[in-house]
Amino acid sequence: MEGIQKVDLTKVKPYGDTLNDGMVQMSFTLPVPYGDEANEAAKQLSAKMGFEHPAVVYSKDLGIGYTFFVMYGKCTHTVDYTTIKVPKVDMEVMDMDQVENFIKGKIKRDVVVVGGCTGTDAHTVGIDAIMNMKGYNHHFGLERYKGIVALNMGSQVPNEELAAKAIEMKADAILVSQIVTQKDVHIPNLTQLVEILEAEGIRDKVVLVCGGPRISHELAQELGYDAGFTTGSYADDVATFIVEEMVRRNLV
Amino acid sequence: MKSKLNLNPELIDSARSAAMHIAEDTQEFIDKHTTVTVERTVARLIGVDGVDEIGTPFPNVLIDNIKEGGGLSRGAAFWIGNAMISTGKTPQKIAESVSAGETNITKIPIADENKIINTVYAAARKSVEKIKNNRAKRDEYLNTIGEGKKPYLYVIVATGNVYEDVVQAQAAAKQGADIIAVIRTTAQSLLDYVPYGATTEGFGGTFATQENFRIMRKALDEVGEEVGRYIRLCNYCSGLCMPEIAAMGALERLDVMLNDALYGILFRDINMQRTLIDQYFSRIINGFAGIIINTGEDNYLTTSDAVEEAHTVLASQFINEQFALKAGLPEEQMGLGHAFEMDPMLENGFLLELAQAQMAREIFPNAMLKYMPPTKFMTGNIFRGHLQDAVFNLVSIWTHQGIQLLGMPTEAIHTPHLQDRMLSIENAKYIFNNAKNIGDEVEFKKDGIIQKRAQEVLEKAENLLKDIEKEGIFSTIEQGKFGGVKRSYTGGKGLEGVIGKYEKYFNPFVDLMLGGDR
Repeated sequence: MEGIQKVDLTKVKPYGDTLNDGMVQMSFTLPVPYGDEANEAAKQLSAKMGFEHPAVVYSKDLGIGYTFFVMYGKCTHTVDYTTIKVPKVDMEVMDMDQVENFIKGKIKRDVVVVGGCTGTDAHTVGIDAIMNMKGYNHHFGLERYKGIVALNMGSQVPNEELAAKAIEMKADAILVSQIVTQKDVHIPNLTQLVEILEAEGIRDKVVLVCGGPRISHELAQELGYDAGFTTGSYADDVATFIVEEMVRRNLV
Repeated sequence: MKSKLNLNPELIDSARSAAMHIAEDTQEFIDKHTTVTVERTVARLIGVDGVDEIGTPFPNVLIDNIKEGGGLSRGAAFWIGNAMISTGKTPQKIAESVSAGETNITKIPIADENKIINTVYAAARKSVEKIKNNRAKRDEYLNTIGEGKKPYLYVIVATGNVYEDVVQAQAAAKQGADIIAVIRTTAQSLLDYVPYGATTEGFGGTFATQENFRIMRKALDEVGEEVGRYIRLCNYCSGLCMPEIAAMGALERLDVMLNDALYGILFRDINMQRTLIDQYFSRIINGFAGIIINTGEDNYLTTSDAVEEAHTVLASQFINEQFALKAGLPEEQMGLGHAFEMDPMLENGFLLELAQAQMAREIFPNAMLKYMPPTKFMTGNIFRGHLQDAVFNLVSIWTHQGIQLLGMPTEAIHTPHLQDRMLSIENAKYIFNNAKNIGDEVEFKKDGIIQKRAQEVLEKAENLLKDIEKEGIFSTIEQGKFGGVKRSYTGGKGLEGVIGKYEKYFNPFVDLMLGGDR
């Protein structure tokens, strides 16, 4: 028996049960009727995607002349892991107590945060998880933080109203949640808020953050935001970013 | 039915009686008011449809004209009837003439009042007859091709394009779905008009229009005949046009409507006076049309904690039940909502979910309970998600739920793909068949976790309802007791559309539809 192979990080491919076997499981639907020809079509398509030995392990008639497949195939491609760079919010995340102490020690006043789901978006689960007292998954929300005054404006908040409220409350940070991203509806909406804040002359005076399942830090920065948070982020992450950014930009 | 949960019937009666007083108290307010959408509904039901050259619906044009003339407190029916007598035109032609600027409806000389009433009632009876025929048609389908077993399998389509929706809906029906809901495009609830015609563009859903209803109804009748099962059509009777959507649904034979008394207030920031008035007429129409309403208590648990706030769901179910009874909705058409939304990592969470679902079943024995799947703790891990949905399905068959809104493994990722729906239907059918009579076989341990939990939730709900009875519904909402959302009496959208009624106000459809002529 040979010894265990070492991973070559310059040529990484999927792992099934043996290094570099390239095994990938996938499922999809083709708009063709169920049968042998459908399976063959799925295999040929997988081969074109770069899979060797594609195998249809299950297929099912979806009832309207379409077929669903569960497949395996061996991926022929590799990536060089050693050259990968992903822009992300670079910080040591503080927990609630640490953020509260940070505010007490370095900001010495209440931090005002205004947030909402803007535009047509009615899905508040993200902004609620970050802002509401209860928080999410045992991470308390910003409302709970001593030293943070948080206002969650809820769903379908027009950008104009969010900006007006931020001005009225002299907000230090604005949080925007976007869950619905079908047909990229979030892009013009997020952009419009930046334009409004610039027109009002307050873009430099606030920490501007967006979040949502399809939002990355990179996209957020492209659109003119200071940071973007995605699934798996909690109030701690957002709070840490806000207070550190305030100190960094001398907004205290 | 013997209570498996050992619930105290006196507590249930007390809670129900508190809810009844809450509804009665609110009804006094409702009876004194009307709204622009209630009056547009009267116009629609009396035969006004279509849009002008810039897409403004004629019902809006007509009602705006009456409002500007200061006549809305008398009710649109009065002015339409008067114009019919004076001009000899149909309501549609009158609306077109108002739109063209040729007629100012409140300036037409007033005819004899009895003659107006007779004219309007004669016209109103025709659409009431049409809706009755739709009911008969549905019954005929149910008696001939039949329907699926309960819990009905409910899936959504949401492509934005009604023609693409048809493809997805027919596929779902062939895979076993019993109810197809066409999700509305995001933000339609905030439009103070109903768009017109077939639509092919939408975000996260498809516009609710009468033409889209017609297209989908036809498609579901076709596929229903093919698969030998009546397929029910569901849409969303919520937002700023609740009664108008109800009227359109009644005319096009929809079968199920989301229609909550409080949802718009809490989750769409629609003014509370407006929504409470609107929900009343919309429910009268739904009740008369044989449409099952779905209430929205499940939504509370997307913003509040499902363990801590379970009693608010029960309290709201009691209130929704009483509001629905006021509007003439029979219990069998009440799809009272609740949801499987506890954190899946909670120890014995399954037992608490089971207790909640069984409790709803016992307290509302004849209601068509609508059970909503996990959404809040769906993570993108489609494999675990599929398991969560399976556990949800098990609770449902165990506790005899009425409508099962199927969870999708891809919840929290995207609107369902074709295969997601198939996998979810397969999941439910497997469990519903494999554990079919589990609820008839298994009883719960006396004073065990399940019994104790249900008793505790009932007790808290009863307390809450008694508080609300003292405070009134408006002040309760202002304090944020439902879903943790606070709304003010005069805040939110649509208050400008609320109008006090003049003593001679009348709406023929309330009489005709509540009047027992079923």
